[in-house]
This record gives sequence, C-alpha cells and structure tokens, in this order.
Amino acid sequence: MKNLSDRVVARLQAEMQLPDLSGTRYNLVRFVASGGMGSVWLAEDTVLKRRVALKVLDLAAPGGDLDVRLFREARILASLEHPGIAPVHDAGTLADGRAFCCMKYVEGQTLAEHIATLDLRDRLRVLERIAEPLDFAHARGFIHRDLKPDNVMIGAFGEVLVMDWGLAKVGLTSPAGEETEIATAVQPTHNGLGVTGQGSVLGTRGYMSPEQARGDVEIDRRTDIFSLGAILTFMLTGSAPADLPAAFGSVPRPLRAICEKAMALDPNARYRSAREMTADITHYLNGEPVSAYPEGLVERSGRVFARHRTAVVLVAVYLIMRVLFILFARR
Amino acid sequence: MNKVLLGLLLGAILGAIDGMTAWFTPEARAEIAGIVIGSTIKGIIAGILIGVFARKVHSLALGIVFGLGVGLLLAFIVAQMQHGYYFQIMLPGGMVGLIVGYATQRYGHGPKLQQT
Repeated sequence: MKNLSDRVVARLQAEMQLPDLSGTRYNLVRFVASGGMGSVWLAEDTVLKRRVALKVLDLAAPGGDLDVRLFREARILASLEHPGIAPVHDAGTLADGRAFCCMKYVEGQTLAEHIATLDLRDRLRVLERIAEPLDFAHARGFIHRDLKPDNVMIGAFGEVLVMDWGLAKVGLTSPAGEETEIATAVQPTHNGLGVTGQGSVLGTRGYMSPEQARGDVEIDRRTDIFSLGAILTFMLTGSAPADLPAAFGSVPRPLRAICEKAMALDPNARYRSAREMTADITHYLNGEPVSAYPEGLVERSGRVFARHRTAVVLVAVYLIMRVLFILFARR
Repeated sequence: MNKVLLGLLLGAILGAIDGMTAWFTPEARAEIAGIVIGSTIKGIIAGILIGVFARKVHSLALGIVFGLGVGLLLAFIVAQMQHGYYFQIMLPGGMVGLIVGYATQRYGHGPKLQQT
C-alpha cells in the first residue's frame, strides 16, 4: 500500500475538521480559531441573515462527555444575559455527530491587542467594564476561572465583552455536585502565556489564582478577583503578571496597591467582589482616596490639590491680590 | 451641599474677608464693622444669584462669566455709593464672583430629579 505524503495527510485532516453544516440553518464562512478540544468557525445564519460564531467540537476530541460539557457552557451563557457577555443563540449536534454551540460573532480586538491605543484613564474605564459582567455572573453564582486579556474582546464600537466561559464553575448557589462536573469543562483557546489543561488544574498561568493553580476544589469568586487584578496589572504594565515585582515602574502607587490587593495570595485579603474592586478604580479616577492604599499627608495633599487645582489656584490668586492691595494701601 | 447654599456660604466668607481687608486702610478703619457687614451681604447676594444660575445652567464657562459679571456689577454699585475706589472695590468683587461662579458649577449638587 502506498504511503500518503504529509501534505496530503494534513489536507485530509483539515477537510475532516470542517464541520458538516448540512441540515442546519448555517453556512460556513471561514475558520476563526482552534481550542483545546474544538474550533471556532465564522458562519452565516441563513434565516436571520447574520454572521455568527460556531464553536464545534473536534471529531477526535478526547473523552466521551465533551458534548455534555459544551451544552453546559451554552446553558451557562444562556443564563447570563448581560451586554458584557456574548450571547448564545443555539446549540445542538451536527450531521457528523459533533456538538456545536452558536454564539454572537464579535468583531474587534482582544484586550491585549487593544490596550496599546489607550491612555491610562481609558484603560481603567475598560477594566471597570470588564468587572461589570463578572460581577453579574458572580451574583448568579458563576465563576469564570479563565479571565485573561485574550478572553476579553473589545468590539468595533468600544463594547467590552468577557468571552470564553468554558471553564465557568457554578458556585455556592447551585446544587451540590454541579461544581465538580463543570470544574472539568471545556478548555478555552490560549496563547503562549499560559497553559490550559483538562483535569485538576484549569486556567492560565499568570492569571490563575494560587488556590486554582493548586487544584483546590473550594474556590469562589475571589479566584476571578485575582485574575481581574492580573488583567489590571497587564493593562498597566503591558507585561504578564508573572513579572510583577519588576514591571510596575512608574505605575501610580494607588493603582499598584489595587493590583496587589486583588492578587493577594490569601483570598481573604483580596477584594470581596468585583464591584468593590471597581469602586477603588472609580475612586482613583475621581481623585478620591483608594481603600487599598493608606496615603500619607503629603500624598493626600497632592491628590487634593490635583483634584481641585483650578479652585486652589483661583483662591491663591485672590489671596495674593488681597495681600498686594494691603501692601499698596500702606504706602 | 446644594449649589445655592454653596454660593451663599462662599459668597459670605469671601465677602467678609473682602471687607476685613479694609482694616489695613487707615482711613476706612473707623467704619470697619459697617464695611464688613456690607461686604458680607454683597457676597451673600452675589453667591445666591450665582448659585441659582448654576442650578439652571450647567456650563462652567457661562457660570464663570455670570459670576464675574454679578461680582463686578455689585462691586460697581458699592463703588458708586463710596464715590471712588473703583479699582480697589471692583477688582476683588469681580474676583469673588469669578471664584463663586467656578465653584458653584464645579461643586455642589443640582436639584433632585422628581420621579414621575
């Protein structure tokens, strides 16, 4: 029997990966990205005439219950209706037997690609908007567990979307037993920054909390707070949080303190919620004291002056004018 | 603190300071009490007017211009009554109006929205 060349084999493999969309309302447009156990395709919804993203499991995906996990991710997304979370439209099984999930196709850039164009204040505002859907999900008992710059998309009109809830875990509000099952859910796509694996340790190195890295079962929303702090660190320094001690450089101390509090090794020392963390960010943006950073008298004076610069200058000019009047009156 | 109250307090304080500086002018020292009271009242009137304006118009530039105008106008009236010292009275008066105009636009809150 004649051997096939590598090129032919690769071509055959690529053809095999093409999802069979016959019998569905979708037409394949192009490949978008691949993940640990599946791939994402751009498709056109022929009924509604719109472009959608299809997440399709690989044919040779390991494990027999990955389709169950994909559907579970779809159900999680369906229960999280929020402007900051890409909605799921449909889920099912293709003619070739592969499970798929149809979601909103988000055109834009990942956070990592986008932040280079933003100044400090805009970066902080983006972080506030990342925290909103996260806080929403936490309030409904879900933990994302794989927050990182690659999983945040900035849309063409500046909309901020938290993506890839494949590792999402049901927290305390869900029935017991659900947690463990979802804890081994779908692997997300990743870049070279980290490792995402299936099994006891899930997440991305550098953005994953210590308790998550240890494979602790008892993790809660504070693991996402750690990741949010890591994202903030990345947004402020431009480098992965693994380089934390050296990277901060000229980052203002209050912001550094916010990062450090969010990324505290002890979960009890972190912010209790994403909302609490963004409150500190908002305080910083408004020139107000930040709870994570006890400032000294000089720093406080400097901050107050910076915040009320015009008023201080006006009063100073008035007082100087008054003194000059007094001096001239005495002559 | 609402904008009218802020304008009133700021106008009163700056007006009182304005009046007290007359103590350094020997010929005015004998009438210092009347000057301080008059100047404080002038500041209060200016502050209320500017505060009301800030409640109605949300514009830093217009607030400053209005404050300056009110401060100058009231100071001019006082200077007319004094038959002189236009520069010494109108410059600080205008300055007080300007500061109150800025402060009432930048600080203090407007009227609460009523739910329908």
